[in-house]
Amino acid sequence: MTMLPRPEDRSGRKLGLVIDLDTCVGCHACVIACKGWNDQAYGAPLSDSDPYGDAPSGSFLNRVHSYEVAPDPQAGPGPPSGPPPDLRGGQTPTRHVHFPKSCLHCDDAPCVPVCPTGASYKRAEDGIVLVNEDACIGCGLCAWACPYGAREMDPSAGVMKKCTLCVDRIYNETLPEEDREPACVRTCPAKARHFGDLGDPGSAVSQLVEDRGGVALMPELGAAPVNRYLPPRERDTWAGETDVLAPWLEPVAEEPQGFLGWLDRTLGKL
Amino acid sequence: MSPDPQIELSPKIADEVRKTTCYMCACRCGIDVHLKDGRVRYIDGNRDHPINKGVLCAKGAAGIMQVTSPARLRAPLRRTGPRGSGQFEEITWDEALETAVSWLRPLRDAAPEKLAFFTGRDQSQSVTGWWAQQFGTPNFASHGGFCSVNMAAAGIYTLGGSFWEFGTPDWEHAKLLMIFGVAEDHDSNPIKLGLARLKERGAKVVSVNPVRSGYAAISDEWVGITPGTDGLFILSLVHELLRAGRIDLEFLGRFSNAPVLIDSDPRSPTHGQFLRDERGKELVIDRRTGKAAPWDGEGVEPDLRGRLRRAGVTHVTVMHHIAERYLSAEYAPEKVAQRCGIPPEQIRHVAAALARAAFDEPVVLDRPWTDFRGKRHDTMPGRPVAMHAMRGISAHANGFQTCRALHLLQTLLGAVETPGSFRFKPPYPKPASAHPRPHYRHTPGQPLDGPHLGYPLGPEDLALAEDGSPARIDKAFSWENPLSAHGLMHMVISNAHAGDPYPIDTLFLYMANMAWNSSMNTRGTIRMLTDADEDGNYVIPRVIVSDAYSSEMVAHADLVLPDTTYLERHDCISLLDRPISEPGAAADAIRWPVIEPDRNVRAFQSVLLDLGARLGLPGMTDADGSPTYSDYADYIVNHERKPGIGPLAGWRTGTNGIGHGRGTPNAAQLDHYIAAGGFFTAHIPDEAAYYKPWNRAYQDWAMGFGLLDAPSPALIQLWSEPLRRFQHAAEGHGDRQPPDHLRGRIKATFDPLPIWYAPLSDAFEDPAEYPIHAITQRPMAMYHSWGSQNAWLRQIHGQHPMYLPTYWWERLGLSDGDWIRVISSHAEITVPAAHMAALNKDTIWTWNAIGKRKGTWALSEGAPEATKGFLLNHLIHELLPPRGDGHRWANSDPITGQAAWFDLRVRLERSVPPKESLPVFGPVASPVGRGKDRRP
Amino acid sequence: MNPAKSLISFTTLSGLGFGLLFWLGVDPSPPTGWIAAVFFVIAFALTLGGLASSALHLRRPERALRAFTQWRSSWLSREAWLAVAALMASGAHGLALTLGAPILPLGWLAALLALGTVGATAMIYTQLRTVPRWHHWSTPVLFLALALTGGALLSGRIVIASVLLAALAVLQVWVWHDGDKRFARSGTTLGTATGLGSQGTPRALFPPHTGDNYLLSEMVHVVGRRHARKLRVIAILLMSLIPIVLLQLPMPHVFGLIALVSHVVGVLVSRWLFFAEAEHVVGLYYGRR
Ligand SMILES: Nc1nc2c(c(=O)[nH]1)N[C@H]1C(S)=C(S)[C@@H](COP(=O)(O)OP(=O)(O)OC[C@H]3O[C@@H](n4cnc5c(=O)[nH]c(N)nc54)[C@H](O)[C@@H]3O)O[C@H]1N2
Ligand SMILES: Nc1nc2c(c(=O)[nH]1)N[C@H]1C(S)=C(S)[C@@H](COP(=O)(O)OP(=O)(O)OC[C@H]3O[C@@H](n4cnc5c(=O)[nH]c(N)nc54)[C@H](O)[C@@H]3O)O[C@H]1N2
Ligand code: SF4
Ligand code: SF4
Ligand code: SF4
Ligand code: SF4
Ligand code: SF4
Ligand SMILES: [Mo]
Repeated sequence: MTMLPRPEDRSGRKLGLVIDLDTCVGCHACVIACKGWNDQAYGAPLSDSDPYGDAPSGSFLNRVHSYEVAPDPQAGPGPPSGPPPDLRGGQTPTRHVHFPKSCLHCDDAPCVPVCPTGASYKRAEDGIVLVNEDACIGCGLCAWACPYGAREMDPSAGVMKKCTLCVDRIYNETLPEEDREPACVRTCPAKARHFGDLGDPGSAVSQLVEDRGGVALMPELGAAPVNRYLPPRERDTWAGETDVLAPWLEPVAEEPQGFLGWLDRTLGKL
Repeated sequence: MSPDPQIELSPKIADEVRKTTCYMCACRCGIDVHLKDGRVRYIDGNRDHPINKGVLCAKGAAGIMQVTSPARLRAPLRRTGPRGSGQFEEITWDEALETAVSWLRPLRDAAPEKLAFFTGRDQSQSVTGWWAQQFGTPNFASHGGFCSVNMAAAGIYTLGGSFWEFGTPDWEHAKLLMIFGVAEDHDSNPIKLGLARLKERGAKVVSVNPVRSGYAAISDEWVGITPGTDGLFILSLVHELLRAGRIDLEFLGRFSNAPVLIDSDPRSPTHGQFLRDERGKELVIDRRTGKAAPWDGEGVEPDLRGRLRRAGVTHVTVMHHIAERYLSAEYAPEKVAQRCGIPPEQIRHVAAALARAAFDEPVVLDRPWTDFRGKRHDTMPGRPVAMHAMRGISAHANGFQTCRALHLLQTLLGAVETPGSFRFKPPYPKPASAHPRPHYRHTPGQPLDGPHLGYPLGPEDLALAEDGSPARIDKAFSWENPLSAHGLMHMVISNAHAGDPYPIDTLFLYMANMAWNSSMNTRGTIRMLTDADEDGNYVIPRVIVSDAYSSEMVAHADLVLPDTTYLERHDCISLLDRPISEPGAAADAIRWPVIEPDRNVRAFQSVLLDLGARLGLPGMTDADGSPTYSDYADYIVNHERKPGIGPLAGWRTGTNGIGHGRGTPNAAQLDHYIAAGGFFTAHIPDEAAYYKPWNRAYQDWAMGFGLLDAPSPALIQLWSEPLRRFQHAAEGHGDRQPPDHLRGRIKATFDPLPIWYAPLSDAFEDPAEYPIHAITQRPMAMYHSWGSQNAWLRQIHGQHPMYLPTYWWERLGLSDGDWIRVISSHAEITVPAAHMAALNKDTIWTWNAIGKRKGTWALSEGAPEATKGFLLNHLIHELLPPRGDGHRWANSDPITGQAAWFDLRVRLERSVPPKESLPVFGPVASPVGRGKDRRP
Repeated sequence: MNPAKSLISFTTLSGLGFGLLFWLGVDPSPPTGWIAAVFFVIAFALTLGGLASSALHLRRPERALRAFTQWRSSWLSREAWLAVAALMASGAHGLALTLGAPILPLGWLAALLALGTVGATAMIYTQLRTVPRWHHWSTPVLFLALALTGGALLSGRIVIASVLLAALAVLQVWVWHDGDKRFARSGTTLGTATGLGSQGTPRALFPPHTGDNYLLSEMVHVVGRRHARKLRVIAILLMSLIPIVLLQLPMPHVFGLIALVSHVVGVLVSRWLFFAEAEHVVGLYYGRR
């Protein structure tokens, strides 16, 4: 089990998430929907320690970070606060990207072979990476091996928790068909999370990745993550674009009198 | 190789799903509550619900932690220690209600105004307001005064409907959305769903916000404006569009009052008012005849260029005044750029982008319709430019006029209620004239003479006592803030403490944390609540609080009426109040007890009705003295506001059986709602779905459904006559005259055309000494004060720094982990600092209401919320600094009384890190103990 | 990485123990009788103590036996097997010596397995691409060098120990020096971690949670540079330089013992730094390393 499934044993299906950084508003809804679902679903509940005390902490399978992106290369000192005091026209201001992160269900998941007990495994039929909590000794090595911080030890159960890709939802026959998708995807108000088979080039998610140039995180580490991130679209194009739009503001009048004259002429034509 | 473990792929997650309505913010999403073994297992979104279509935000999904919170109150409480100590004893409901009756009955019999009943961000104003009216006190309002009343009022007075959650961008057709000062909003899930929809369609989003987070982060373009200057920026856009003639003349002429004739003779006694015919109808020049005609005359084609001399007085159209005002060079981009902190090129770019989207890419729906003048239109042409705004505009003292400027901009673009633009949700549109006027005349033992809140149309509608002093404790509808349509909740404690305009006896608060995050000057407010006179009596003699949790306000109550949580009670999200309508449908909803309370608590509305019955209030007591309603559910079903109109519009009893809208009560109404998923929708016919204020089909539909008493088509009031009437009075005309010290500011701020003026406090606090704007934002995953008791949410937002822009970060030489002193003219706080580059150069900000008082919310005293968290409110005073003339102005919009939270100016100093963020408040005792367990 | 006491004591003690077992195994004229017994008892105390301490790191130690199942892929599992094998071989070897009947090839096998165990332990860290400082051939070399040196000291091999101590000093200094550059060399940045690198330079802004979590307490441990430098000096002094000097003094029993203590304390400090200075790439997401 701890061996990754051999290529010939794999079904070719690679279930995963595609996360759209262009639309994620950083609302943390997916974080809580995930916590809520997994609180009483697969395996041990996601527990919290000191929940009402000085140092609350707990296990979550999905977290939302946020980053500022200072455009490169930077003319002048430091990233500009926008809009700058001297109204430096034309300089692209710093952007802000919300960044949700859960398990990426890597093809070459480094968290699997390191596991001494076989608790950590990758399913051959759909590529979902899971922890068999009954076998887990809580050594933490898989979390060390994961580049993405996708595994958290549960403070009470002492077993490793990770995103299950809602394996107990997506095939769940007690749920209506339309609800057989991950809890985080179902709840995302900005529709920034997409679920599907990334092993199938024709799937909607693969198409999205194709169209939007979806990227893999830390490709250099060789984990071959299945999840993809759609980069934010270009922002703040105004700096260069005023000219294109200039005709739209071609003056018809500078003075009220002239304006009323224009009004006369224009209305006369109506 | 061993096979993968067998796992249960189809676990049954619930025995039952009950559909009700979320409560964690005013968005009111539909929720599916999954129950297992009688307990809440999981909550997710109701896919059929018109508001959220299945999605939920973090707060909604964490509802289970709200319902199991250790901070829940367990029984009625009577204060035993000093006020504010948090020491209480539990009492029975009978004791609690009889205590309340013993306090309130004498007031009703002798001086009903001595009860001030104010409710927070609840969703049952229609019942609480009615109760206060039956009691007879003029002193009732909800929280709109500190929330967004200036935006609501500007919208109603100008368009007959407003942003807030009462209108919405046309997500399906807009090609450009401009969003001003929105972090989260009441419409939080619909906005997110809408933004996603826009992005999916390739539409562009421009965000105007000093801070680039949340919605601004995902916008295509960010306008990092300096706080309080939006009006100037908008008027500069107006200037550019007028100069370029990029305006929708057709729309202006037909649907706004731009062609209405104005008395333009400064010597005339009706200067600035509309020219009217004998029936009081505003006049336009009809292009067909060149003669004056009533604006709504059959077939009239109003002329924007109209001009008329009558009885020696020149009348020109509103359009003339607009051209004259806004073509002025003072609004040129170069002129406003520095002040707004926006490069002139960007202003031009935005203006051009607006023009392009509106006029180059119009949306035309193939739907014939007929306007109120009887003119038949073959299509519905639209300007796909949508605008939305929230508290970034409204939490400033110039917010009313700024919002009016925004409505002017929308109107010039033809972007109101046209496809692709901004759409009203029923019961809107409803012009100011179709709303009631304020009522305040009280008689001991009698109900008030009418509903408290309304829209004054001139000085004669003000709520003034015989001597001209304010009739209401919050001074709403007085000369200090004549159009305060939602009251001024943030002034109640301060005024009551000062006995200005008069002292009160009992302060009755429901669902507002006035001892903490919803007050300005928190420390001062706590002092006012606990202050005693020479005889040792509290200056505010009695405080009754209804809350569901152990809040800071609870600690300052004498009597606590513990409420249920949202899954344990009936509620009604009514068309009489703040419904869940969509632009294409009128909709309302309910909550119902999907679980039973496990504590000695009662639903507040039921308690209120019980109290009303014990007091013998009319409408709540039958002739034999017995209660009219057994509980709130009974009221929801059986109460009629007007014949045929009740709290809920769905499944009433009509002439031919079950019908909707108007109809007599139906005993099975709630069952219908429950069966339908907790809500009701009535779709607007296609031909009525746009151009609502002017569309005959809509007006007829709304009347038939019971939303309007009569068709009320109305023009967009670019020129506002009510404003002009107040201004005219301030110029010395008429018999109701403002006090002299307010004359100047009324003259200046009640301009009938949109203007921009600097935030009032700028005139009091030297911008050079306090060069930095300090504002707050809503965190999406936290609800005001009550999210902190939520074990999941508090792990996300348990503490917060003050975010500084690069400029000030570097100037103060700060690095990670540093603390700063933030100093306003009123107070100072010492708090952790953090750097954010995508921030207006002179703005600092922090998340709102994370800071908690020690001992509250069942948290430990060392909780990060209490030791690192903080409130910006300490720095904000409810009054502006004295100017030596004996008067202190409220820190509010002078027109509507809106609390000017975001006008705050500060300076910064680096600080050695204190042990805890400052100021430190002593702990209060917790009436519910301290939460330990994860779940009960 | 969190410098967990359990892991520091485990790796240090078991390294010493297996180092000693190595030298006992390769000794062409090993001690016998009760002297052998004492040596083996010390070695077993160290290795078993270390292993016991490692069990403390497990959150579900009652299931520890399962760790033997995945030897085909997991270095932790291999380490477990090797440790058992090494202990069994050494035990047999030690018994033979105590009984005065040395079986030298058994010693060689035990020595090989002892080294193998130390190597496997090191490979647990070395294999982690997520910790560039560890993901390097020098990690097992350093672990082995430490084990051999400690073993030599413990078994009283003054000359060998002196040489090894000197070599160790050089190796350790170079490992620190080179280790400092490995994160940068790995090419992993917040830019690659978020995929935002092509758009500019990302910087962590809002934290995903203000409460603590496993990732932060386990994998994000920030040591001040000045603090680390001081500790490095202390480590190298205690671990190598002081013992070298002490070993050259007369009275090898007294000074040898002090040298040993100094060495062990130095190794503990070095091991603390090994963990504490190791930056896991996940720290990038939090804007901390
Ligand atoms: N999650 C969550 N949702 C909530 C609430 C909550 O507490 N939590 N509260 C609810 C309530 S009661 C309300 S009133 C709504 C409020 O909803 P919002 O209006 O979205 O609330 P704020 O967080 O006050 O957002 C104000 C925004 O205006 C920006 N801003 C400040 N000054 C200016 C300015 O001068 N110009 C411009 N253009 N922008 C400016 C701020 O940066 C901020 O982004 O949210 C409701 N929804
Ligand atoms: N600095 C700064 N201050 C602000 C603002 C800002 O932007 N910046 N925003 C202002 C605005 S717009 C608003 S609306 C206010 C919000 O301020 P508040 O309305 O005071 O905020 P809440 O924390 O929602 O407090 C409501 C109270 O209702 C109680 N409650 C919760 N659920 C129930 C229930 O089911 N029944 C009953 N009876 N009580 C319940 C809570 O325990 C809490 O005590 O804050 C204002 N204050
Ligand atoms: S993201 Fe981490 S936990 Fe998930 S498969 Fe990849 S390496 Fe394993
Ligand atoms: S923590 Fe559990 S799943 Fe992870 S490596 Fe250890 S035994 Fe395997
Ligand atoms: S797929 Fe399921 S388990 Fe994974 S992050 Fe989403 S909700 Fe959590
Ligand atoms: S729910 Fe969607 S929008 Fe919200 S943080 Fe998660 S991915 Fe982003
Ligand atoms: S937006 Fe969130 S908190 Fe507000 S009603 Fe909807 S789900 Fe509930
Ligand atoms: Mo609000």
